[in-house]
Amino acid sequence: MGTDLVIRNLQVSVDDKPILRGINLDIKQGEIHALMGPNGSGKSTLANALMGHPKYRIDAGEVTLGGENLLELEANERAQKGMFLAFQYPTTIPGVTLASFLRSAVSAVRRARSSEPKATADNGVKKQNLIPMREFRKEITQKMKDLGVDQSFARRYLNEGFSGGEKKRVEILQLAMLEPKIAILDETDSGLDIDALRTVAEGISLLVGPDLGVLLITHYQRLLDYIKPHFVHILMDGKIVESGGPELAKTLEARGYEWVREKYAEPVAELAGS
Amino acid sequence: MAEVQEERIEVAALKGEYQFGFHDPDHSVFRARKGLNREIVEQISEMKGEPEWMRDIRLKALEIFLAKPTPTWGGNVAEIDFDNIYYYVKPADREGRTWDDVPEDIKKTFDRLGIPEAEKKFLAGVGAQYDSEVVYHSLKEDLQKLGVIFVSPDQALQEYPDLMREYFGTVIPSEDNKFAALNTAVWSGGSFIYVPPGVKVDVPLQAYFRINSEDMGQFERTMIIVDEGAEVHYVEGCTAPTYSSESLHSAVVEIICKPGSRVRYTTIQNWADNVYNLVTKRAVAYENATMEWVDGNLGSKLTMKYPSVYLLGEGAHGEILSIAFAGKGQHQDAGGKIVHGRANTSSLITSKSISKDGGRSSYRGLIKVADGARGVRSKVVCDALILDPESRSDTYPVMEVDEADVSIAHEASVSRIQEEQLFYLMSRGLSETEASTMIVNGFIEPLVKELPMEYAVEMNRLIELQMEGSVG
Repeated sequence: MGTDLVIRNLQVSVDDKPILRGINLDIKQGEIHALMGPNGSGKSTLANALMGHPKYRIDAGEVTLGGENLLELEANERAQKGMFLAFQYPTTIPGVTLASFLRSAVSAVRRARSSEPKATADNGVKKQNLIPMREFRKEITQKMKDLGVDQSFARRYLNEGFSGGEKKRVEILQLAMLEPKIAILDETDSGLDIDALRTVAEGISLLVGPDLGVLLITHYQRLLDYIKPHFVHILMDGKIVESGGPELAKTLEARGYEWVREKYAEPVAELAGS
Repeated sequence: MAEVQEERIEVAALKGEYQFGFHDPDHSVFRARKGLNREIVEQISEMKGEPEWMRDIRLKALEIFLAKPTPTWGGNVAEIDFDNIYYYVKPADREGRTWDDVPEDIKKTFDRLGIPEAEKKFLAGVGAQYDSEVVYHSLKEDLQKLGVIFVSPDQALQEYPDLMREYFGTVIPSEDNKFAALNTAVWSGGSFIYVPPGVKVDVPLQAYFRINSEDMGQFERTMIIVDEGAEVHYVEGCTAPTYSSESLHSAVVEIICKPGSRVRYTTIQNWADNVYNLVTKRAVAYENATMEWVDGNLGSKLTMKYPSVYLLGEGAHGEILSIAFAGKGQHQDAGGKIVHGRANTSSLITSKSISKDGGRSSYRGLIKVADGARGVRSKVVCDALILDPESRSDTYPVMEVDEADVSIAHEASVSRIQEEQLFYLMSRGLSETEASTMIVNGFIEPLVKELPMEYAVEMNRLIELQMEGSVG
């Protein structure tokens, strides 16, 4: 039985400004959904709201993961339940190496997902339950190799001095290590040149499969040449206005967003008396 | 408050050992009592069997201490009641305390740090003896082969009086400040280290090894003399929370780095929160010598400490790495001083301070460049992390530069934990506390990197505990 992400009538605002005006979307494990739309349509808002960013206020609607209410949960709990967000602009965390960060994160997530009781010392003090170093090192070394991330990155401070392409690849590495059920990739292709895009896309290809549901948020069609979506949705002014198969993306590429705007523009209020 | 106890003590300062038992009829009974006057200072000197010249230094220092006014800058020392303090406390005086008396949070910290049973009791002020003698003795033999001296200053006074006399008070004279004068009058315990020319001591020398043979470091006097081309790393203190029956601690550390030598002095201080920790630490560095202070301040109610380096030879280099963590009710007034007395000297001060739950941490620093000291390069970086609106951080950087042909830089930053960083880490499965702790540990990483491994691990764990403290 798969874990589905079900979004019903989601309405989200930021600084009292409504951005999402009623999103309906179902993402099953194993499905790849592409979400496209012009700037300001609310793509990143959706990504961050789904992950639980405190800045985004839920005004209405429901989101469940595997039948469980997601909106009640904090960001870390959502991660533990199987959500993942690859950020468009990953933050730098000075002084914290990629390896030590990932070891803590992976340990936290696996600890939460396991059915074992949480270990405490005799006096009730919570114990630090990290994956044994040897086991972790083996795993991360392999995954870094698979995804083309140089081994030296393990010792570097998280995202500090990383190029755009390197940051995106490290986001995908985190995805690989955390093994989510639903992954949201927020404009993972933005700011990448042709070669960087191909490397990132190859990495994502290795990870998609029947156990992973993907929401690919993208501005351009080119990533979709490498990762073929099952469904394509167009977001405009906070609502999904069109859904279709992969050919919808090709149409957008050919015609731009203008035709969508014209098709779904809100009718101008009629003047009284005409 | 410990009661005044009648004590019969045998003068055993000669061996740095402490012996229980009946006194030799030739020595008078010493009653531990509060307050400070000539009589007490004379008794301290007599009990230690000191030569007259040291006794005279003590008495002169006492006069200076009594004459100097209490400073009004820095932290609030006005609350110290000098008449209500024991100035000479032997380990046996602490025996009244039982394990039940030890505060819960200290017990919890011990557990988290994995401190062995015997150590726990000692650090908590329960029980007088901690047997680290075995470890210490074998190290002593290795050092003796190299000609390195590593003893208490009390012992050095008996065994190497000429060496002591040559250097004692030359870096920090009694007149320097009120608390240096106090220390000079009542000092007891500490470390005396001498490293002969060209000798590189590759294992860090730790005060901790000898902690059971002295009192708890209330008025420690440490002297480190490193001869030409020699190298040594000294580690003072420990990360475990350390109980003290006495609330005033005033240590003095004098270091002499002869030409071409390299010296590093690392401190992690985590005194219990009743302690006033007022310390004068200074090093002089001669031609092409390097002096590094690594200073971690986590505990105490108030710490005032500004490790300094006087660069008195061309090519000398001084570095100060300072971390201060001020939690609830704490004031860490830390920083450093570098005096460039000669040309082509260089210095670097890196200060990282964290304030939380209303704590206050300050950076107080001085870069002074003498007229004629050309080609000096100096950089000060001070970063403050304030974790909540109740807490406070201040910077008092002073530059006194009397020479134009120099390069002096100063960078300062103040930050909070950013929401974006917190969300990023939480989105990877870490709780808010775990994420905040990770960010704070990352903030101090440049300094923690310089600590010996065990200290680095303990430091990170202590930060964890401090961070958890605020939640629930």
